Amino acid sequence: MNNTAKPLWNPYVAGGILGLGLLATFLVTGHGLGVTGATTALTAKVSGQIAPGTVAPHSYLGTYFKHSLNIWVVWEVIGLMLGALGASLYGRRFKLKIDGPPHASVMVRIGLATLGGLFSGFGARAAMGCASGMGLSGSAPLAVAGFLFLIGFFAAGVLFGQISKGLWS
Amino acid sequence: MNFPLGNTGILSGLVLGLIFGVVLENAGFGTPCKTTAQLQFKDWTVFKVMFTAIIVAAIGLYTLQALGVVALSNLFVPSVYFWGTLIGGVGVGIGMAVGGYCPGTSMASLFSGRIDALFFLVGIGLGTIVFDLLYPLIGHIVYAQTGPDAWTLPQLLHLPGWAVLALLTAVLVSVGYLTRAKQSPASPSRSVESPLTIAIKQS
Repeated sequence: MNNTAKPLWNPYVAGGILGLGLLATFLVTGHGLGVTGATTALTAKVSGQIAPGTVAPHSYLGTYFKHSLNIWVVWEVIGLMLGALGASLYGRRFKLKIDGPPHASVMVRIGLATLGGLFSGFGARAAMGCASGMGLSGSAPLAVAGFLFLIGFFAAGVLFGQISKGLWS
Repeated sequence: MNFPLGNTGILSGLVLGLIFGVVLENAGFGTPCKTTAQLQFKDWTVFKVMFTAIIVAAIGLYTLQALGVVALSNLFVPSVYFWGTLIGGVGVGIGMAVGGYCPGTSMASLFSGRIDALFFLVGIGLGTIVFDLLYPLIGHIVYAQTGPDAWTLPQLLHLPGWAVLALLTAVLVSVGYLTRAKQSPASPSRSVESPLTIAIKQS
C-alpha cells in the first residue's frame, strides 16, 4: 500500500475549476461564494446567548441574531467542510496536527492563529466579505470593490508577512 | 431557463460548497505555510489560483451577458465602501500573515486535520464581536458608499469589458511567466516590483 500523499493540483487547473464553480454559483444563486456570512450568523447566535447586549435591536449583530441559521451560505460552508474532508482523505493528506509557524511552541501557534482570526473576522465585517466573499466573488463580475479589497489584502499581507517572516521560515 | 435560477436551497449550498472545498484542499490552501509563502513571494500558488478563478468566472459572466443569457444587473455585484472595503482587505491580509489563514482556508484546513485552524475560527468570532461593539463608532465611516451602486472596473476605467479581461489575463500570464517552473526564491528586484505593477494595472 502506498501511503504517501498524492500531489496537489496544478494551480491553473485548480483556479480554472474554482472559476467554473464560482460561475455556476452565480448562475444558480445569483451571487458568489462566501464564508463569513456563515461565521457571522453563528457568532451572533452564540454571542447572543452569552452576552445579549451584543445582539441588541440596533446593534450590528442584531439582525443576524433574529434570522435563522437555515441560510444558503451556512449550507455552502457545510459543503466546503465536507469537500475539504473528502479531498484530504482521498489525497491521503489528512493529518491531525497543530500546524503553523514551524519553530514556534504550541501555545504561540494557537495564540497567533487566534490573533490572526481576530483581524480576519474584523476585516471581513468591515469589507462585508472575506477573500472568498469579496476578493473572489466581488472580482468575478469585475466589481471595483473586489479589486480594492484584493489590493488591501495583498499589500497588508506582504507587509506583515515581512514582519512575521522569521516565524514562518 | 432564466438565469440566475434563484435556487438558494440546501442542496444548492451543499453541492456548490462541496466543489469549493474540494478545490481549496487540492490547491494546497489547507496548508498555512503555502499561504504565508505567497506573502513572501516564495510560492505563487495563491495568486495563480485566485487570479485564474477570477478570470475564468469573469470571462464566463461577461460572455454569457453578451449572449443575452444572464444580465449582471440581476447578479450581486458589491458596491464600493472605500474605507470599509480597504480596511477589510487589510484586516484579512494581516490575519493571513499572522495566523496563516483566511476564513475559507481555515475551514478547509480544519477539515484536513489542522487543530490550529479551529482557533483561527474562534478568532474570527471574536473579531466579529469586536466589530459589533465598535460599530456605533465606526459604522458611518466604513459603510459610507463611494461611487455608483455595483461599480465595475469597465465603468471606472471607461473601457469595454473585454479590454479589462484582456488586461487582467495579461497580468496573470506575465506573473505566471516570471514565476514559472521551479519555485526558487524570487530575485529581490522582482519580488519588490511584481505586486506593485499588479496594483497599478488594476487600479
